Amino acid sequence: MSKSVIEVPPKGGFSFDLCKRNELLAKKGVNPPSFRKTGTTIVGLIFQDGVILGADTRATEGPIVCDKNCEKIHYMAPNIYCCGAGTAADTEAVTDMVSSQLQLHRYHTGRESRVVTALTLLKRHLFNYQGYVSAALVLGGVDVTGPHLHTIYPHGSTDTLPFATMGSGSLAAMAVFESKYKEGLTRNEGIELVTEAICSGIFNDLGSGSNVDVCVITKGGKEYLRNHLQPNPRTYTSTKGYSFPKKTEVLLTKIIPLKEKVEIIEGGDAMEE
Amino acid sequence: MTKQQANWSPYDNNGGSCVAIAGADYCVIAADTRMSTGYNILTREYSKICKLADKCVMASSGFQADVKALQKNLAARHLIYQHQHNKQMSCPAMAQLLSNTLYYKRFFPYYSFNVLGGLDNEGKGCVFTYDAVGSYEKVGYSSQGSGSTLITPFLDNQLKSPSPLLLPVQDAVTPLVEAEAIDLVKTVFASASERDIYTGDKVEIVVVNAAGIRREYMELRKD
Repeated sequence: MSKSVIEVPPKGGFSFDLCKRNELLAKKGVNPPSFRKTGTTIVGLIFQDGVILGADTRATEGPIVCDKNCEKIHYMAPNIYCCGAGTAADTEAVTDMVSSQLQLHRYHTGRESRVVTALTLLKRHLFNYQGYVSAALVLGGVDVTGPHLHTIYPHGSTDTLPFATMGSGSLAAMAVFESKYKEGLTRNEGIELVTEAICSGIFNDLGSGSNVDVCVITKGGKEYLRNHLQPNPRTYTSTKGYSFPKKTEVLLTKIIPLKEKVEIIEGGDAMEE
Repeated sequence: MTKQQANWSPYDNNGGSCVAIAGADYCVIAADTRMSTGYNILTREYSKICKLADKCVMASSGFQADVKALQKNLAARHLIYQHQHNKQMSCPAMAQLLSNTLYYKRFFPYYSFNVLGGLDNEGKGCVFTYDAVGSYEKVGYSSQGSGSTLITPFLDNQLKSPSPLLLPVQDAVTPLVEAEAIDLVKTVFASASERDIYTGDKVEIVVVNAAGIRREYMELRKD
């Protein structure tokens, strides 16, 4: 039984005990492993009948794409969805957690979840962690009070907007929204505008790429259009294909038989029950 | 009292990948055409390949301002050589010149990762690979730049000669035909663009053989 257990603060939260040691190690050239960030372009807009959310599908680890087709639009409630940018683990964990809390709340109240409920739960959690939970979210949904769209920043601040973008590609996407958004868009106009904004992020931001995911939420229900657009197929596949040699070449063969370390004693004591 | 650190760096990384493969009577040099900084694209159509001599071509990735300065420097030195010797520089000669030029700036390096490709005096393909300060080696194939960690293992698998520890020593130059080598280069860049964010847009493929120098382009992912 190990006696050295890392002390966890009684009410939860992060333990900063190892920070000094990490700093010393970093000075010696030993760096901590990088987090998987989503790079990302996420957007949302309010249209005539509800809310449309959009996201790209690239996840990066530094300069390398680790997932070419990940899902960034997370389920919160049947009428509420949330796009996440920042550290992938953080966005997943925080949206899953709040989604569970909303479900329990629905059982308790017997009513459909409201977007402001999800908003408050998320912002309280993020503020509590003082920005260390690196999740930047675009929350959208339709409830009894109408359609709602919010942005939530890692430190816990929120905005309520008719159209919003987040992530490394947010400037590219916002440029499109600021030029072409107007109130009272129809469903098809809205989907087209969201797609255009995400494509702008995909092609102009190196942290975003691959496909466009769209989610349309209205009073009647939701429509999750996974891979609504796939503008980046593989550019070249060799017709002849490649063969991979099955063996690595053998340079030297040396066999050292291991000696028996266990002595077998006949008729020793019987094992204790 | 900790040492004062600089709050400005003279270098930037413009990304991109380069590859060169040597054949029995040809040499293929390729580089993507994307120039970027941070998460932004500066241009989709920048050539990282430069013709230094009749049978000698260099591809460089890294900091393009330093690359441009290096190319100008080598071009000037080549012109002087031509005036003095009344002939073009051979590829091995240019290789050494490049190494010396890079080491000259050992304590304020050219942030340039180069591969030099061409035909040697016998018309056989040769590739030289460099680090930023001029250490070089004649090899059968090489890759530099942001995508090199993705490209090199695949080239090793397809082209690598058996270990130099085995006798008789075999030449690193690939037995592949020119068309097969070009196919390999296209596959390698298409694959690198899938996983490296700094590689994409277009790949410029230059082929040096007895007939001269030929250039072709292929489209890559633009995201």
